[in-house]
Parts: sequence; structure tokens; C-alpha cells
Amino acid sequence: MVPSSAGRSPAPSRVGFSLFGAGSPALSRRTLMRGTALGAGALALPAALAACGGDDDKGSDSGSKEVSFGSNYSDPVPKTAMESVLKGYESKASKTVKINTVDHNTFQENINRYLQGTPDDVFTWFAGYRMQFFASQSLAADISDVWSAVGSGFTDALKKASTGEDGKQYFVPFYYYPWAVFYRKSVFQQRGYTPPKTLDEFKALCEKMKTDGLNPIAFADKDGWPAMGTFDYLNMRINGYDFHVKLMAGKESWTSSQVKQVFDTWRGLLPYHQPGANGRTWQEAAQSLVAKQSGMYLLGAFVGEQFTDADRADLDFFAFPEINSQYKQDAVEAPIDGFMVSKKAKNTSGAKDLMKYLATPDAELLFLKSSPNNVATHKDADTSGYSQLQKKCAELVGGAKQVSQFLDRDTRPDFASTVMIPSLQSFINNPNDVDGLVKSIEDQKKTIFTT
Amino acid sequence: MAMSDLAPTGTPATPPESGPRGRRPRRPRRSRRLAGRDVVVVAVLLGLAVVIDIAFIWGPTIASVVLSFSSWNGVGDITWVGGQNYDNIVNNYPPFWPALRHNLLWLAFLGLVATPLGLFFAVLLDKELRFSRFYQSVIYMPVVLSLAIVGFIAQLVYSRDYGALNSILGRTSHPTDWLGDPNINIWAVLAAVGWKHIGYVMILYLAGLKAVDPSLKESAAIDGANEFQTFWRVTFPTLRPINIIVLVITVIEALRAFDIVYAINRGRNGLELLSVLVTDNIIGEASRIGFGSAIAVILLVISLGFIVTYLVRILREEPR
Amino acid sequence: MSVEERAPAAAAARSAEQPVVKRRRRPPRPARIVLHVFLMVAALGFLAPLALAVYASLRPYAETAQRGYFSLPHKLTLHYYVQVFEQADLPKYFLNTMYIAIPAVILTLFLSSFVAFCIARLKMRGGILLLVIFTAGNLLPPQVLVTPLYQMYKSIPLPESLSSSLTLYDSYLGLVAIHVAFQVGFCVFVLANYMRTIPDEITEAAVVDGAGAFRQYWQVTLPLCRPALAALATLEFTWIYNDFLYALVLMSTGDKLPITSALNNLRGQFFTDYNLLAAGSVVVALPTVLVFLLLQRHFIAGLTLGANKG
Repeated sequence: MVPSSAGRSPAPSRVGFSLFGAGSPALSRRTLMRGTALGAGALALPAALAACGGDDDKGSDSGSKEVSFGSNYSDPVPKTAMESVLKGYESKASKTVKINTVDHNTFQENINRYLQGTPDDVFTWFAGYRMQFFASQSLAADISDVWSAVGSGFTDALKKASTGEDGKQYFVPFYYYPWAVFYRKSVFQQRGYTPPKTLDEFKALCEKMKTDGLNPIAFADKDGWPAMGTFDYLNMRINGYDFHVKLMAGKESWTSSQVKQVFDTWRGLLPYHQPGANGRTWQEAAQSLVAKQSGMYLLGAFVGEQFTDADRADLDFFAFPEINSQYKQDAVEAPIDGFMVSKKAKNTSGAKDLMKYLATPDAELLFLKSSPNNVATHKDADTSGYSQLQKKCAELVGGAKQVSQFLDRDTRPDFASTVMIPSLQSFINNPNDVDGLVKSIEDQKKTIFTT
Repeated sequence: MAMSDLAPTGTPATPPESGPRGRRPRRPRRSRRLAGRDVVVVAVLLGLAVVIDIAFIWGPTIASVVLSFSSWNGVGDITWVGGQNYDNIVNNYPPFWPALRHNLLWLAFLGLVATPLGLFFAVLLDKELRFSRFYQSVIYMPVVLSLAIVGFIAQLVYSRDYGALNSILGRTSHPTDWLGDPNINIWAVLAAVGWKHIGYVMILYLAGLKAVDPSLKESAAIDGANEFQTFWRVTFPTLRPINIIVLVITVIEALRAFDIVYAINRGRNGLELLSVLVTDNIIGEASRIGFGSAIAVILLVISLGFIVTYLVRILREEPR
Repeated sequence: MSVEERAPAAAAARSAEQPVVKRRRRPPRPARIVLHVFLMVAALGFLAPLALAVYASLRPYAETAQRGYFSLPHKLTLHYYVQVFEQADLPKYFLNTMYIAIPAVILTLFLSSFVAFCIARLKMRGGILLLVIFTAGNLLPPQVLVTPLYQMYKSIPLPESLSSSLTLYDSYLGLVAIHVAFQVGFCVFVLANYMRTIPDEITEAAVVDGAGAFRQYWQVTLPLCRPALAALATLEFTWIYNDFLYALVLMSTGDKLPITSALNNLRGQFFTDYNLLAAGSVVVALPTVLVFLLLQRHFIAGLTLGANKG
């Protein structure tokens, strides 16, 4: 999130200027006395306040009865949902869970420092390379024993996503949401559109939308990450999931013809995307979908949050179209959110016990009650309470041959944020210089992936 | 506030007759002998301040310089790579050169536009004017606003599809993308920065102008000078010490500029700045500590360049 | 330099004149009217973005999402302000910020005024060096410091009574310390310059009376610096209040973060209701505005008082 500039140098003082002799009348004795007291108090204050401020955080070393939980579920609705999930655990296991909530962005920005400092026993995190990175740095605890107890409830793909580079498990999945091309049913019905299955059909549909006065594809990349979804899908459709994974791991070259083909295909589609993407937030783009100004939007299922309850029933999606018949529509991008145990946990056994609970379908469903855009990961989760859209999401991911996690979770965070974000934005500004772009990415990649 | 005022051998305007007090008249006002208890008091308090400054500021700075020669992700082992980070920054990091240009552009804008405007408003408000306190407060108000609200205001005004500016200008078919077009967004941001900076500078100059001797101005008026000439020949020269302060402030603001661009779009796509690049690499999840420290050192060197220049001026003015 | 001597006299003369000026109520010249008009327009221009932000905070998200921010309202609501208080838990975070800002401002002013005193009044040897060390320290971009600072904080142990995390990391004391360290530099620069303008006779008198260094500082010099201290207090409070960087890096317990973090809680993981954020920002900005309005008269009025000190 947003670190602001700390300690800006104050105006050297609006004061300094009575250099020329204007002074102020001397303070009265009373004010001086007050001043002294204040001064003395100031010195004692930090100690006193820190002491009373520090009381509530006695730490979870008060025996194995308390487990601490570091959470980034800072939005009010997920926050309450998470609290109810953990209360469920408390009553079941007669233990206490101490929740430490930090706002979403700050939590992520700080994760490196957090895990090295005084982390909570269990913390919320994501699957993918981002998880493996911390595992390999010995900042996360091995929970393979938890998996041997609860692993049967998850598919192999999920187990793979929870496994670190050394073959041990470090992560327990909670829920996920797919990325797909969303549209409004009413708009499609009214204009007689049908969801396309191949790239050619997709292009034809875009043409039709254009002539009908709609903006075919909503598009926004002010925050830098939304465009990654488009890149991922294009890459997986054109070159296959394996190539994509290798590219993310730095094992394939960005100057290869495969990658160039991805960008060339994207350039062909750009005219159908909303112009001015780099100045638009994904929320504004989603609003254009809500307002029926745009026909389609490739985004995660959280796009539903932009719709009012009444309109949400009108929301539907289709899987990203096939481009290469070799790969069809096998891969689905579905980021998984879940939990890990920190290496420096004070109460590891309690933490693992909590993880076992969090891996149950009950816990997942309890959370999802207030989360209509996400889908449970457990095989046995009862899907009867799902909305139409949720059921479709579950089918999409369930039927996927491979599941990717999204670019910024599948690759090194420094590569994703310092190289890919600016590169994708510059591609959107200037899609014609693909050679220059991929060379720049490759050169930068070499400086990062060697370390 | 010329630095000469601070020279140990400075000669502030005090009457030379210190004789009656029985002190040796010729002795420059240097460190008087401190009595025993005084030494303790001074040592403790001054020592505390110095220790804090060195421990929390200079220590980490030097550590950062050292780290800039390493490649480290903050967690594992540190590998030393010599000047490789610097080489990569200059040759292999696309945001760097735009960031440097933008910082210099920032400096030019603040120095040539915003600061003079601050002076202008200060001069206007220096008169006996009703509501002058109101005007001063309003113009100063942007200075106290925090990051979040400034970022939001930028969004409100400049958003391509929903912002106030495009609504007023009325262009709906091809609205100007004030924030998203890398060729113009830096200017949009500089306008917002000026909005904040003007009040800052205005207050400084206001204080200084209030200390200008009105009899000087009056005698100039009597001699037939108009307002502009009075300002230029009489007032402005006496503002010289303040100009130095304002200059320092302006340079600091330009080099440490961070808030607004970060709040708008995290400093990308035409809004790159050196401090943002440092933040991206060090603070966030990216954790390219060595690389980020190298960028910080570059920023440090530029800042030190100004400090040294300032220092040279001080020493040169000092009438040793 | 002659201005320095003449100013007190002139200012005294001016204050004697003031009653005359006030009584002189002639009709405003046309130039004055133009000036007022210009200043009014400028003031409105400065206020406009802020007014727009407050306006946006009174309108529902659905409305501005549809019709833009610069549109006539269908519905005005205080609902967001209510939500801010309910959801953002402002009182807690505000208290956290006070734990940090108040000690930091007081300590900064105290330490820096003493150092300035040593440099400018006691005229210690090496004063210039001290001045440069402190000032240059503040010219550094704070991002330069954070990583080593974090490592350092993690390894400094503290007793439980001062920090629940048992180290300087994740403690209020740690944040106060870094703010003080960072701000002292600038305050020393300002106060040293300011103190230089105080004629020496005043301290001379105190020395002859047998006052030690601390008494000279506390009872003689410091009161004369009131305008400077008031101005610095306003600015320091504003900057420390609005800081987020140090809290981000050096704190890890969500409940101890300062108020700038409360605003982040209003941002969603995915969806940010900008109008809610506007309402939150307005509320959060109020204390700094209040401090400015309260202290304003000390440093602006103080300067016009041209009282004779000699």
C-alpha cells in the first residue's frame, strides 16, 4: 500500500524570519511552569504509553491454549466472515484465537519483514511461487503432516499448488476464484450474441459489438496488474500451460518466437479494447460493463462486487476462447487464497490444529456465505447453496486440466512488480515495438533470476 | 538568515561597549567557559541528540550505501556484486532515466513557477488587507493534507471518464487522459504539486516580508519609486536569507517528491520518480534490497551535491 | 544588517501608528477592489479541489460511478461519515497516532532547541559541523534508511514494559525514536537560525545573574522562540501525523498502526469505494487543520508584534 513520504522537511519556518529583531514578549512564569511540566511529561510519556499500549499483546506463548492468526482480510465483510470462522474453531477446540488484522495491501507489502520479525502462528497467504519463495527461505513451517490428515479432501492440482520446491507442503487452500470473460446476459440476449469458443469467433463477436455501438472489451491497467490476466491467458492458449510455467520461472526466453506471438496476437485484439487503459482503474472498467457500455471484460470473479445485488443475477461468463487446438481451453487461471504457518510461530502445534480445521468444508462454507464471488476448494464442500454463477465457477475450475495462479503469484515478486508491470503498461501505450519490449524484459529478467 | 550569522566568529549587531560589564572587550564571542554543571547538562542533552541522529539516521545511511553493492532479498544471504547494481540501473532499468528527468523537471517547475507564485501571493497578502488571514489559510490548506486525500482529489479532478476537469471541458468522444497518457500526466501532477507548494512558500515569505522595515519602503515611495521598483530594489534584497531557505526547501521537495505520484498510480507510466523507484524495490514485496539501495544512493549523491554546494557557500561567506 | 537594528524601532513605531491606520476609513481604491477580486478567485481556486472532495464524500458511489464527480446530485447523504466511524475504528487509530505524534513532537522540539541553543547561543566549537550533520541528515530520502533500520530495530532488545514485542521493532518507542531522529535535523537548522537573531544582551544579563546553561536555555532563550516553536509544532505534527512509511516498515501489529492505516482499511482488497475513502480522508485531515488554526496566531501574529527586546 501506500507508504507516504515520511518526515517531509518542515518549512524552515515561518518563523525564522523575524530575524530582523522582532521577537515575542517573554512568557509568563505560569506558562513556563506549564512548559516544564510538559517537558518532563514528554520524556515519561513514551514509556508510559508504550507500556499501556503494549498490554493487549501478551503474545501467544501463554501455553498451547492460544493461537495467533495474522490476517489480511481487512474489508469489513470478509473480516466478519473470518471472525465467525475462527469463532467456530474456538468453540470446537476450546482454545482462543487472537486475530491480528492488517489492511490488505500493507500486509502484502510487509510480508518479508513480518515473517522475519514476530509473525503470528498462522497467516493468510496465496498459493503459487509467492508461497514457494517464503518456504524456500525457511520462513514457513512444513505442514506435510497436516496434509496427510486432510489431503484427501483436495484435488491433486490443489496439492501441487500447496507444495514447495522441496516437495513438502506449506500451504492449505481455502477458496479460489477463476478469471474468465464476463458479460451481461441481458445484453447478449438483446443483441443476439453467443459466447465464442475460438479466437476467430471472438474477433467476429468484437466486430459485431463495435458496429452495434458497444465497446467490445473493457480494459484497465492503471494498477498494473489487471492486464496480466490477458497476458496469462493468451500465453497459455497459444503456447500451453507448461511453457507458461517455465516462462514464469525464468527458464524460457522472452525473446522467443512464442512470446512474440503472444504480443502480436494481443496487438491484433487491442483495437477492440477500451482506449486509455493506463489511466483507468479496473473498477471504472467494470462500471462500463455494469452500465452496458462495454460488452465483455476479462477479469476475476470479483468483478461481481461492482454489481448491485439485483444486477448480479445478470452476470455470466465464458471461458477464454481457444486459440491453439493443441491446448484448447485446458488451463484456467484461478488464484487460490489460503493459509500458512510461520516458521517462527510460538505455538506450532496449535497452529497446525487450526490449519486442520480451516481445511474442512464447514470452515470454507462458513466464510463463503458472505462471499458470493468465490468458490470453496474442498472436494466435499456442499455446493447446493451456491448461486448460478458460483456453480459455473466451480465447474470451470473443477474441470480444468491445469490451474495457474496469475502472473504476480506465479513468478518472483520482484520480477512481477518492477519489470512486468511497467513493461505491460508500455506495451499498451505502444504495441508496435514488440521486439524492443521483449528484449528489455529479457535483459532485466537476467539480472533478477540469477540472484 | 545568511549562514554567516552562524559563524562562530560572526559579528551580530550588538553594541561594542561590553566594557562596563568587566569583560575583556576584544574577545570574540566564542565558547565561553562552561561551568562544571553546565558541562554535564550540555553533554547529556547534546550528546543524546547527536547519538540519536547518528544511530538512527547516519548509521542506516551508511549501511544502505554498503548494501548498494550487494544483491540481497532481505531474507537470505547477502551476495556482494560490486558495481553491478549501478550498471543495471543505468543500462537495464527502463524507469530510471525517465525518473531522473522527472525529478529535474520537478525542480525546474518548483523553482521557476511554484516558488515565484508563492512569493507573489505573499507580496499581495503583505498589505493591510481585510480577510488576509482567510486568504492565507486557504492557500496554506493544501499543505496539511495527507497522501490519501491528495491522491483521491487527483482522481476526482483528472479521471478520464469520471473526473471534474473533463466534465467541465465537455469533451466526451475523445476525452483527454490526464492521468493515463504518459506525455501529459506529469504536467497534470505538477499542477497539483504547485497547488500544495505555493502555500508553503507563501507562508515563508510572508513571515520574512513582515520583518522588512516599512520605513525603507516609505522612503523609497517618497523618492518616487512605484510599487514594483520598491519591491525589486528594496524589499527583495532584504529577503535574501529567506530566499536561501526557500531554495533549500524547493530542492528538498523536488528530490524527495513522492506522495502525489504514488497516490495516483504508484509512480508508473509517465510518473516515475527516483524515490518511488527506491520504494518499489525496497519497501514492497519485491525486496530487491541491493538494487533499491543503489538507486537510493544515487538520490543521496544528488542531495549531497546540493548540501555540499550550500556548505561551500557558508564557508565562503564566513569572515574567518 | 542595519535593518536588524532598525526593525525593532520601526516596528515599535509602526505599532504606535496602528491606531491611526485603523481609524482611517477611506473608501477602497479601485486597485484594492481588483486585488480583492483576484485573491477571492485564487482562494476559490485553491478551495475547489477540496470542496469537490467533500462534495464527493456526500454522494453515493453508484451515483458518481454513473454520472461522474462533477455532476448535480440526486441524493446527498451523510451515510459515509457514519460508516467511517463504524467501520474504520477511527478512535483507536487516532489514539495510536497520538501515542506517536505527541511525544515525538515534544521531544523533537526539546532536543533540537537545545542543540540549536548550543550552536547559536553558547556558540560551541564545532557548531557548524553539528549544524551540517543535523541538517544533512534531514535532507536524505527516508527510503534510504528503512532496511538497515528494520534490521537494527529487530535486534535491539527492550524490556516488556516498554515494548510488547520485546524489541524496538513493532513498538511505539521505536516509531517515536525514528521520527525524532529524522525531524531534529531540520528543527535544529531552523531554530539555530532563529536564535541567532536574539540579541546577546539578554543572555548576557542572565549570565551575569549567575544562570547556568540550562537556565539560560529554558528560562531566557526558549520563551523568545515561541513563534518558531509554534510554527514548527504545527508542521511537525502535520508531518508525523500524516506519515505512513515508518509505521509500515517498523510495525507489524495491525491494532497499533497509526491513523493513516485506518484509511487503508477503507480500501478493499478488490473494491475501493472512493467516496467512502473521501469521507474518511476528510475526517482524518481534521486534526491537522485544527492544529494549524489553533497555532496560526502564534507564528503569524507573533511576527507582527515587533516588540522591542533590547
